Amino acid sequence: MTVDQALTDRFLERASAKGLVDVAVTTMDSPVGTLLLMATPKGLVRIAFESENRDEVLGEIAMHISPRILEAPRRLDPVRRELDKYFEGRLRDFDVPLDWSLVGDFARKVLRRTARIPYGSVASYGEVALDVGTPRGARAVGNALGSNPIPLIVPCHRVVRTGGAIGGYGGGLPRKRLLLDLEAG
Amino acid sequence: MQVNTVKSKTLPPFQFVFDEHAQTVLRFLNGAVGLSEAEDCFQETMLSALRAYPRLGDASNLRGWLLTIARRKAIDAHRARARRPIPVADPDLSVGVDPQPDTDDGLWDQVRGLPAKQRKAVVLRFAGDKSYPEIAATMSVTQDSARQNVHEGLKKLRKELR
Repeated sequence: MTVDQALTDRFLERASAKGLVDVAVTTMDSPVGTLLLMATPKGLVRIAFESENRDEVLGEIAMHISPRILEAPRRLDPVRRELDKYFEGRLRDFDVPLDWSLVGDFARKVLRRTARIPYGSVASYGEVALDVGTPRGARAVGNALGSNPIPLIVPCHRVVRTGGAIGGYGGGLPRKRLLLDLEAG
Repeated sequence: MQVNTVKSKTLPPFQFVFDEHAQTVLRFLNGAVGLSEAEDCFQETMLSALRAYPRLGDASNLRGWLLTIARRKAIDAHRARARRPIPVADPDLSVGVDPQPDTDDGLWDQVRGLPAKQRKAVVLRFAGDKSYPEIAATMSVTQDSARQNVHEGLKKLRKELR
């Protein structure tokens, strides 16, 4: 049991106004299940599928970014709007700012390259590896994609295996299939 | 590559802390300063806590930590109401808070029901941990009167809680 909503809202409002909310968090429903969204003042930093343990995800964010994490749905409205449109098939390119602080140098290269794969098309692990300058690094690319903290918006589901096999997905293969089908129209 | 994950502390997300302890803090403040001022004190307490949170070294007694801040805010509110700023030493932060956590349910509600002077005196004595000379100074009354108010307040509480 907690205090009434008006009191909580006012606290959030004042904390936000004073710049004390380092990480805003909220959830949204989607065709791939409930999504946990997290943003810093720099931008969207993390999206977690419901297959991940919520407390663990938040605990990691607390450790790696800041423990000043509060539920602040409004700060994530722009992200939610874009995702809603995407799932309705009305948006192809995401435009929300991203915060890459959870991503190391190599993975960042891989994910930035992945973010340029157009809606509705796919690239192979090998192609991405080649483009980031490690022609033999398909496996490393797979690992980098597997640790993608911002799935959907950084479309790691668009990377598949050469020859048409679907490859892996951090959120589970059914989700990857659903997303590829959605984009195929 | 060097991994800097040597952390002696892991603080839970502040939202968890808020969800778990907000009710306790509010109940304490309702008793300590009355309903009309409790909300402001609550906001001040939680904002101070949030501001200081990343620097908190030890997450083992978050409830006690929050109540210590709340107690300071309650004393600030009492002082502001007295209009005359009287220097009073900060409460001793090492003092443990409420050894029996959840047995105080309802007590602070009873405290809130006391006449104003008795309520103030009881809160300063037991929530603020003030001496009688300090209470007398804060309330601008004699020490005898401070003692009397605490005594009468306790007598009433005993009767009502019986």
